[in-house]
Order: sequence, then structure tokens, then C-alpha cells
Amino acid sequence: MSQLTYREAVRHALAEELTRDPNVVVMGEEVGQFQGAYKVTQGLLEKFGPKRVADTPISEAGFIGMGIGASMLGVRPVMELMFWSFYSVAFDQILNNAANVRYMSGGQINCPIVIRGPANGGTNVGATHSHTPENILAAHPGVKVVVPSTPYDAKGLLKSAIRDNDPVFFLENTVLYGEKGEVPDEEYLIPLGKADVKREGKDLTIVTYGRPVIQSLVAAELLAKEHDISVEVVDLRTIRPLDIDTVLASVRKTHRVLVVEEQKPFCGVGAQLTYMIQAEAFDDLDAPIGRLCTIDAPAIYSPPVEAEQLPNPQRILKAALALLD
Amino acid sequence: MSKKPSATIEQKPTASNTSHGQAPINAALTQAQKIELFSQMVRIRRFEERSHRAYTGKNAAGGANIGGFLHLYNGQEAIAVGCCSLMGKHDHVITAYRDHGHAIAVGMDTKALMAELYGKVTGCSKGKGGSMHFFSPERNYWGGHGIVGGQIPLGVGLAYGVKYKGHKGSAMAFMGDGAVNQGAVHEAYNLAALWNLPCIFVIENNGYSMGTSQARSSAGDLAKRAEGYGMAWGVCEGHDVYEVRATMDKFLKIAREECKPAVVEIRTYRYRGHSVADPDNTYRTKTEIEDYRRTKDPIQVFQTALIAEGVLTTESAEKIDEAARAEAEAAADFADASPYPTPEDIQKDVYWESDNPDQRTSQGRLFFN
Repeated sequence: MSQLTYREAVRHALAEELTRDPNVVVMGEEVGQFQGAYKVTQGLLEKFGPKRVADTPISEAGFIGMGIGASMLGVRPVMELMFWSFYSVAFDQILNNAANVRYMSGGQINCPIVIRGPANGGTNVGATHSHTPENILAAHPGVKVVVPSTPYDAKGLLKSAIRDNDPVFFLENTVLYGEKGEVPDEEYLIPLGKADVKREGKDLTIVTYGRPVIQSLVAAELLAKEHDISVEVVDLRTIRPLDIDTVLASVRKTHRVLVVEEQKPFCGVGAQLTYMIQAEAFDDLDAPIGRLCTIDAPAIYSPPVEAEQLPNPQRILKAALALLD
Repeated sequence: MSKKPSATIEQKPTASNTSHGQAPINAALTQAQKIELFSQMVRIRRFEERSHRAYTGKNAAGGANIGGFLHLYNGQEAIAVGCCSLMGKHDHVITAYRDHGHAIAVGMDTKALMAELYGKVTGCSKGKGGSMHFFSPERNYWGGHGIVGGQIPLGVGLAYGVKYKGHKGSAMAFMGDGAVNQGAVHEAYNLAALWNLPCIFVIENNGYSMGTSQARSSAGDLAKRAEGYGMAWGVCEGHDVYEVRATMDKFLKIAREECKPAVVEIRTYRYRGHSVADPDNTYRTKTEIEDYRRTKDPIQVFQTALIAEGVLTTESAEKIDEAARAEAEAAADFADASPYPTPEDIQKDVYWESDNPDQRTSQGRLFFN
């Protein structure tokens, strides 16, 4: 085991897959000479050369579309969006071409592309750079959506994503890039669509993914210490495919659920989750399902207030206590 | 040369233009190959006419044979046939939604194409794509795309893939004149020129982006915009298959040999509306359509040239036409007799993984109903 940052874990996954498969290429804005806007791709250009690690112009519709076209021919492009917020510039390419081409061709064409980059608030960059589009992406059959919360998960899931024959959208988090965690020295893969129980408990299940996993674990610790409440934290890790079975198993154990997401509430991932939980485990619930989201407005700039707009341990704690009243 | 061929139709003799038949790429054609080019153009015309009849007619149950949109290629046949006739093993084609002609030109079975229009499971996309979404990757034909200009970055990706794999080849990315104002097209131009990708951007300029004439939609010359990206460009007439081949051959050779992109505008005209639903009487006159048909019809032009060359006779041309009509009729019969996909088919062909469950590595639910 080594202590790696989330950033290093993603970088190691890229380097290992670039080494393993000559069809893998890394492309995006500033991924090469600049060493990555968030230094995720640092050193890859030097190690693998400009054919495998290519700087693109600021031209998301163009280069994401190019990657999709190349993937149809069997190249396996891993495209970096400097921010997932820029997906809207390439929306037609991502959701008309990547998501639909297999279906519209009657299964004749595959699109083994990975699009990755950070998708989060909390860095005071305002509404244009703080989008969390996992719900919008996952609403499109044909795509897979991954949102890892730890270095271990990020590495194992990204390697699986790169080997996947369907388009995979991989949403990282700039706030987590510097967070450290244990990562095995030997190679490993984590299957997409497998949730992970990050903390076991018996009184309440928190279902979450991405950075709110880390915040929920802090809240769970406080709830245990200060309120003698035992919280189970289920990290979805992948939004689509969705491991609803692990969620339901936890609900059947604790009978109370709080969904926490760094999403606006309307049509968010939590809306789908709460529907599925009530539909499939209604008789196991002792209380209405709780939901804690980002406060429903565009991302505010003001730094101390943005921290309150997003999920944070105190907001999660309050929401949990309200459910257990 | 008229700058806006659609608005000002020149009166020209119905004959192959000047010396293009003598261009090496055309002079090298055998008689059989010339007849094959002619035959393909006729087959496209008859397929389109038959599909138009199917679209406007009713099936035995009194319902529509073909749903949605139908964008016909009548009048533009020499372009798809001329361009696709130049394809080698590593040359690829992608186009927009007026895609029937290219599909026939790359060799797709007209029965599977007509069945796709009818929404039948025997269609080339199993009834899941429709008129705008024909694909045949084994023939290097990558669609068939519905969003104006959206396919052009994919075309650059095909060219990138050709170059990445070290193949000597190209991608021909077709679009209409309406697509040239889409941002994605310009992003694609820049990438192809910046990275020296073997992509030929082919603008099939039929004069109208839907119902808006070129003069009302595009500033300046269309192909010349390539100069802003340091790309080569050219313009040619699309009613003469010899001219299309001679022009495209030049740029394709540069693409394959030097990995250089280019923009080629091919001036053409469509006889039908933007789609069949287009009333086609608000933005152009019947006289304009008839003038083009009379003077520049690509099939008539080529037929006259081949008769003059002694390759065809009026009788042999008629036989080819009869065979094309029969083929289109057989395609319609096949489509009509074929079954529809079932509701169980709706969720097939969505994910590679769900279609290959024994090789699935992911877990969890992929579908949500």
C-alpha cells in the first residue's frame, strides 16, 4: 500500500492504461506541456510522447467530437475536460453522438471513449465553473457515469472505465485532488456499478457519492460521538449503472435514509434514488426519505456562503437529526 | 461560373463538361466501371423516387409506410457516386441526414435501406435509426447523422484514427451548405488543419439550407473559408461525375500521401424539398427546378457522355433504368413484407455490455424501468 493523493491515483491509472494498451490516448486542454490545469496529467507527455498525450485547442465540441469519431475506429481516447462545466459546449457531441451512435446503428458501432475531469463546487469560481452534470449525463441511456470519492476508488474505477466498450463519463473533484488515501501497489480494478459501504451503522443510511461521501463520514463520526447515533454511509461510486441492491440492503437494515448529493434538487440523482427506494423498500421505511442537496440557486461566488450552499458536515448532521426525531 | 448556381441557373448543354472525362482518374476507368457509376446514380434516383412514393402512400393497414422525415438525394447523385467510387481500404465516409445516396454508393443493400425507412427489423439499423441514420462500418460508412454539422468533428476523428493507426487513408466528411455556419464545423476545420489530419470536408452546396438560400444564410464564399485555417480548397460542379472524381481525386491523394486536409465545395441542386414535408413553394420557383433538370441533370449528363463515348446506347441505358426500378420495387416489397422490431428490441443495442452479458464487467442496473 502507498499513500497517494486522489490526483496521483488518477494519474497512475492513466499511466498504467497508456502502458497496457497502445490504443489509449490522452487528449485535452493543457494536458501535455502545461502538465494539466490541475496537474492530473503531470509527467505523462514526457513519459509517453506527443502521439499518446496531446494538447488540444480550447475547442470542446471539436475535440470531444474528434475523440468520439476516433473511438468508433477503435482508438480509446481518454479526453480531459478541464472542468466538466464545459460539457455544455460539447453537449451535442456527448449526448447525440457518443450516447446514441450504438443504438442508431443497430449495435454496429461502439464508442469506447472516456471523458473525465472535475465537476464540483466549493472553489469559489462562480456559476459557470461549478456544474455537477451527473444527473443530466446519466439521464441518457447508452452512457455510464462514475463519480469517485477516494484515491483508491478513483484509480480502480478509471482503469475499468478505460477498458469499457461503452462511453464512460468520469467526474472528479478539484477539492479532493489533494486528499490522500491508501492505494495498493499492485494492479487492481473496481467494477463500474458497484457501491461501497464506507461506514457501517444501524440507525440511519446515508446514500451519497463524490465529495459528500467524505463530508458524510465526518458527520457520521459527529453523530456517533455527540448523539450516539450509528450511521451507515453508502458510496454509490457509479451513478449509471446503479447498484441499487446495496442501497436497498442498507435500507432494510437501518429503516431510515438520507440521500446527500452535491446537486441541485430538481431532477437530481437523489430524485431517482428516492423513487427507487420507496418503490422497492416501502415497507422497510420507518420515516420519509430525507434529502440534502446543494441549495437551489446558481453557484454563489461569495466564499463563506458557497460553503453553506453546498452539502457540508453540519448541514448533513442537521438533516440526519431531523430524520431521527 | 455562377457564384450562386441555385439562384442563377446557367443554360449549359446537357453534356459532360469539357475535359474531365480525360482526367487520368477517369481515363483509367474501364467501360464496365463507367457503366457501374452510371448504374449507381440511376439506382439512387429510383430508390429515392420509390421511397417518396412509399412515404406519401399508405400501407395495407391504411397507415404510413415511412414515418418522420425523408430527405431525398435526387439531383445530387453524381457527388456521392463520384466521391465513394474513389474509396480505398482506408478511406472513410460520414455524412449528414441526406444519406441515402452515400449508403447506396458505398454498396449497402437497398433492401436493408428501404426496410430501415419502413422501420422494420430487417433494416440496416434494425429499425432503430430511420432515414437520417444509415450506417455500415464494414464499408467504412459511419452515418447518417441528424444534427446539422454535428458529424463533422466525428469525421475529423475518423481521419485522426486513420493517421493514429498508421494507415494511408482519409475521411470524407460530407455536409450541406447550411452546415458551414455551425461552430462545430469550424472547430473541426481548425483541428484537422492544426494536426494535419487527412480529412476532406465536402460541402454539397445545393443552394439552400432548408428553405434559406445561400445568399440569405452565408457570408462570403463557402470553401474559401478554408484559407483562414491555412487549408487547401476547391470548388467544382456536382452534375458531372467526371468532374467530381477528378477534383476529389486530387485532394484525396494529398490527404493520403501528405496527411493534409482540404475543403471542397461541390455545387449541386436538389429536386425535392429539404424533406418531403417541405412544401417547396415558398423559397424557389418550379422554373428554377426545371431549368436545372433540363440542363444539368447528373444522370442525363453522364448518359449523354457515355453514349457519345460509345459505352452506352439508349437501349442499354433504358435497361439499367428498368433494373433500377425493379430493384427499388423489390426493396419496397421486402420492406413491406418484413416484420417490425418488437417492444423487447427497444432496449437492445443500447450498451455493448447489455448486448454481451457473458462479457459484462460492470454491475448494477443499466436500465430504469
